[in-house]
Amino acid sequence: MTGHARVPAAKDGPNGDSVAGEVLGTADVARIVDRIAHQIIENVAKTGFDAVLLGIPTRGVPLAHRLADRIASFAGVSVPVGSLDITLYRDDLRLRGVRPLGQTLEPDGGIDGKTVILVDDVLYSGRSIRAALDALNELGRPRAVQAAVLVDRGHRELPIRADYVGKNLPTSTDQAVRVLLAEIDGTDAVTIRDGRPEAAEVHA
Amino acid sequence: MRHLLSAADLDRDEALAVLDTAARMHDIQHRQSKKLPPLRGRTVVNLFFEDSTRTRSSFEIAGKWLSADVVNVSAKGSSVSKGESLRDTVLTVAAMGVDALVVRHHQSGAVQRIAEWVDCHVVNAGDGTHEHPTQALLDAYTLRSRLGALDDRHVVIVGDITHSRVARSNVLLLTTLGARVTLVAPPTLMPSGVAGWDCATSWDLDAVLSGKAHGDVDAVMMLRVQSERMSGGYFATTREYATGYGLSPARLDLLGESVPVLHPGPMNRGLEISTAAADGPRSAVLDQVQAGVAVRMAVLFRLLAGPDATAEVPA
Repeated sequence: MTGHARVPAAKDGPNGDSVAGEVLGTADVARIVDRIAHQIIENVAKTGFDAVLLGIPTRGVPLAHRLADRIASFAGVSVPVGSLDITLYRDDLRLRGVRPLGQTLEPDGGIDGKTVILVDDVLYSGRSIRAALDALNELGRPRAVQAAVLVDRGHRELPIRADYVGKNLPTSTDQAVRVLLAEIDGTDAVTIRDGRPEAAEVHA
Repeated sequence: MRHLLSAADLDRDEALAVLDTAARMHDIQHRQSKKLPPLRGRTVVNLFFEDSTRTRSSFEIAGKWLSADVVNVSAKGSSVSKGESLRDTVLTVAAMGVDALVVRHHQSGAVQRIAEWVDCHVVNAGDGTHEHPTQALLDAYTLRSRLGALDDRHVVIVGDITHSRVARSNVLLLTTLGARVTLVAPPTLMPSGVAGWDCATSWDLDAVLSGKAHGDVDAVMMLRVQSERMSGGYFATTREYATGYGLSPARLDLLGESVPVLHPGPMNRGLEISTAAADGPRSAVLDQVQAGVAVRMAVLFRLLAGPDATAEVPA
């Protein structure tokens, strides 16, 4: 594995096969999800667990489900999970062309009056979260909106921040950060590669 | 994709992308607020040289739900009736800064010609007896939601094939999606060039529906008998047509319980389709209408939401 000047490669779990450019392995991802789940519990316990988790496709959706699972096992509370596709609200469709739409699934009980926690894999420019805030408008009126991300890689282009951050990864803009999740990619990992960002990652 | 002029413009990947996008658009139809932003600031003109209710209104609704500005121009009362040429009319409308023209014309090939004259996107909403690609897409969408993937499915299309733009577009699209098609019509309503189409043909509806002629049937599409054909000598009487080619209750019994029955509308009940078939559990007619808006949203989205037409490399 080649080392990166900015972020040293992390050790993987005992059984995991490491992926090229890997900075977080399976065990790291699991630990981070656990920690965010605890933070959410602390935060929303105050308002009687009126929260819902809304995953942003693609990888925000399995992350939202994992968080709900962990919250259920730590606090014994079931938090509704949904998904929120933001493709139609993106500001770069004309720049980068159309792409397939993801699914929007309203969580049980809707979002009106709830604390909506948007869940995404990588926070980068902040444009995905902005698009998600617009998309939320069409679904209802939450009491509050928060954001949870597995990785914050910096380089914000909008005044947006996350309430729950799994890992801050200082990167340069010519690096590509990818989150791999077992549900989609067969394995859990976060990778950084040098060079031009990959198509799958540019919009993160 | 620059234009949608023919169902043949869609390769398998693009066709599936449109249908998958339509499925997501369909979800939105059940929301309280149906307004979506991706075509904000874009202008779509529905240019209809031939009467249409459902196609025009579903394109209009589709454009509006995607936040495009939609303008309807019908030939009646327009400069067309004052003797302006088709080219002048089209160039005049296009010069107003239009991003897409949705065109229906009574002459086959007119929409293809129009696409050569203008810089904007052009969608064929039906040209003469030639093509109606968005109808084929909504039929495929309806079939997919009833049957799943269309690979190796057997679709039977019955009626006036000669004058049907729906049949031609459906044969093209359904075969692209892996289905096989059998066309059934009386000899007078089977086009002379049908041997070159990628499908089977038959004059015997009962043999086809029972599965004896071309194998088990997965779906049936009945075409409208257009009133202007009834006096054209294509068949002796409407009763004779109904007897030979109408989907009667007896013929309905030849079909499996889950075989969907489609009709592009408007239906002539008692002629090409019986009330038992039109309103029974197999009928997918209302699904088709619902799918029409979702499919047209998907087409407009995929044509218009990306980079400008002039900047795009033609597919």
